[in-house]
Amino acid sequence: MNFASKQIPAQPSPPTCLPWPREIVDRAGWLAFAESLARGERELLSLWGESSSVHMAVLEEREPRLRIVTLDCPKGSFPSVGRLHPPASRLERAIRDLYGLRAENAPDERPWLDHGRWGVRHPCNDPEKIDSASDSYAFLPAEGEPLHQIPVGPVHAGIIEPGHFRFSANGETVVRLEERFGFVHKGVDQLMAGASIERAARLAARVSGDSTVAYSLAFSQAIEAAFDVNVPPRATYLRALMAELERLANHFGDIGAICNDAAFALMHAQCGIVRERILRKAASCFGHRLMMDRIAPGGVVVDLEQENVAALFTLIEWIELMTPRLIALFGDTTSLQDRTVGTGVVSEALAKQYACGGYVGRASGRTFDARKAIGYAPYPQLTFEIGAAKGGDVDARVWVRFDEIRASLRIVRQILDEAPEGPIIAAWTLPEDWTREGAALVEGFRGDIFVWLRIRADGVVQRCHLRDPSWFQWPLLEAAIKDNIVADFPLCNKSFNCSYSGHDL
Amino acid sequence: MTLLFNILAQGVQMLLVLALAPLLIGFVRKLKARLLRRKGPPIIQPWLDLIRLLRKEVVLAENASWLYRWAPYLIFAMIWVAASLVPTFATGLTFSWSADLIAIIALLGSARFFLALAGMDIGTSFGGIGSSREAMFGSLAEPAMMMIVFTVSFVAGTTQLSEIAAYMVANMELRASVGMALVALLIVAIAENGRIPVDNPATHLELTMVHEAMVLEYSGRYLALIELAAALKLLLYLSLIACVFFPVGLASHDAGAEAMMIGLCAYVLKLAIGGGALALFETTTAKMRIFRVPDFLGAGLMLGLLATLLVFVTRSL
Repeated sequence: MNFASKQIPAQPSPPTCLPWPREIVDRAGWLAFAESLARGERELLSLWGESSSVHMAVLEEREPRLRIVTLDCPKGSFPSVGRLHPPASRLERAIRDLYGLRAENAPDERPWLDHGRWGVRHPCNDPEKIDSASDSYAFLPAEGEPLHQIPVGPVHAGIIEPGHFRFSANGETVVRLEERFGFVHKGVDQLMAGASIERAARLAARVSGDSTVAYSLAFSQAIEAAFDVNVPPRATYLRALMAELERLANHFGDIGAICNDAAFALMHAQCGIVRERILRKAASCFGHRLMMDRIAPGGVVVDLEQENVAALFTLIEWIELMTPRLIALFGDTTSLQDRTVGTGVVSEALAKQYACGGYVGRASGRTFDARKAIGYAPYPQLTFEIGAAKGGDVDARVWVRFDEIRASLRIVRQILDEAPEGPIIAAWTLPEDWTREGAALVEGFRGDIFVWLRIRADGVVQRCHLRDPSWFQWPLLEAAIKDNIVADFPLCNKSFNCSYSGHDL
Repeated sequence: MTLLFNILAQGVQMLLVLALAPLLIGFVRKLKARLLRRKGPPIIQPWLDLIRLLRKEVVLAENASWLYRWAPYLIFAMIWVAASLVPTFATGLTFSWSADLIAIIALLGSARFFLALAGMDIGTSFGGIGSSREAMFGSLAEPAMMMIVFTVSFVAGTTQLSEIAAYMVANMELRASVGMALVALLIVAIAENGRIPVDNPATHLELTMVHEAMVLEYSGRYLALIELAAALKLLLYLSLIACVFFPVGLASHDAGAEAMMIGLCAYVLKLAIGGGALALFETTTAKMRIFRVPDFLGAGLMLGLLATLLVFVTRSL
């Protein structure tokens, strides 16, 4: 692996970001933001670093919904947000691992993504060579006579992504779960720096394979915001169509997998059929099962042929027929309900504090959805209802997925009916004047994906930050499993279905 | 001549259970796959897997003790002997007098004991989890099994399984106590064999495993022996249910080859029905929470106890 940092010479630029301006704050301003996060007046969207500054994106209650603030830290340290607002803690640890910027008085000083095996420290910013390959990591203690530890992973018995889970258990009851990630760190931030737009788009599409459409969409929207590109209406509709097909396929896959973890293979098989048909239809309509690289800055690269519209209608009708049957199968199987109801509860307060998106947040009463809240095209023209539940348990997360499936089916119908004719990609050129910044918030199937990027006028990416929704869902899994039994962990974990790859970058 | 025939019949029985056990597993898997609209592997796949495992190199943990290496042989031997003692196509075979039903239960219990020890031997957390769960299930399943044994023994007036089976063939009648014992035995059989809803034999989730967790570190011929023993155990329980509760077609040891052939056909048919019922049941239910299993087994224990009481009460009338 080459971790040599790429120093991209900067160009003069107005310090602004589109569509949400970036504000430069001083330490007091930074702390004021951190305090308002801790009071719950704002919600943390992301926290990321650069060579000598840190940025924070927050969600506001009112317009503009999103604010980005920057603190210059010439001395290589910044006031810790995690000290006041715990959800920021892991992001700060990742900033320190990758960019070497230290959060002052941080509650947790341990490394996060860096396992000491890269040969360098903070590879993105002035890397410092180390020759140790040590991997000492102190897990948080759980003390008491009957407690024992169960280490699970990173290599699992099944074929899943790698992650380490350290259980402290009292018999079967989990007292504490601590996660450890970073095993699929690919160095996306380093690869992005200095990449052309084309290459960066391909990289973004590969951050988390199951959300490839959502990531491509988020990246493209950020580029389009930065360069003020107007996407043709037909392209926005086709993008939404792909995003909803991806959502449908993933939700069906998840529901089946959750039931399979309770050894109810029947549901798994039935959902697998639905998922497979969606993927095959996606392949025949757009040329790729997961629709990878079909969205490009400016529009989409594949148009939907007229004969495929009819085929999609047939598919949607069939899914509309199957969904109530699957709902009945899930809801009426008492042995399955016995497993899912009351298992792995996430409280509403925690979901709000962590600004947890997607089905995890929605199952615990936080109804944020970027399609509604940000309202990027074409969603304001479409009618749909987002799922909501209050239970916060595995069962609620399944029902929210069913709600979202119904919403997506409705959206796909409207898109197929109403999609306007016209070009599918905007002709745009690089303005060659100054460095631009763009940001986007897009609803993937897991939750809101945030992208911020700075790009030079000649199309070279200086810094691209991609924040997966899993950053704020993984910590809640630790909370959800507490006081449950060890044997219920796979079920809880699958109901979260967080991304390892998107998180480890 | 009679002696030779008897020994031959006993030999056939021993090899028959060995040959049929993996096929039964394959049959159940195939049926489950078909119920899920999948094609499924061929029925002989478990045999092919066993042959593959036997050819493979054994990977042993550095700190594995002699017990870990010996346990698979012990477990396999005990369960094979136990399975050979349960009448399949004929009663009263040569070796059947050597051990009664209680001895069969004891053999199975010993096998469980060694498997649980082997699970803990290497000291991985999963082996420990599996062993502790197995011990919890066993402490409820074994008393329930004893109650069932008492019930059928009181009814037939003997603990000799062959004689019980012969008695059941001769006196086919509906008895409430025997019916309760049957339900209890079904519950015990599901738990003992690690089938859904107690354990999932097909799972890859190490935290939910029971039987699989104990054998997670085994490989090669050791794993083959343990898998074969597990298959034999399932066959044993199905044979037990068939010979005590559904003894139709069961030949006696002096009935001759023709009757035994009929018995054999009936036996295979009974296995197919049992396997089919198991596949259907497993497809329609989810796995229960670990701490729900004691309730499930407790129901088996209570039914066994009630059946025993009922036999006592009706006998004294």
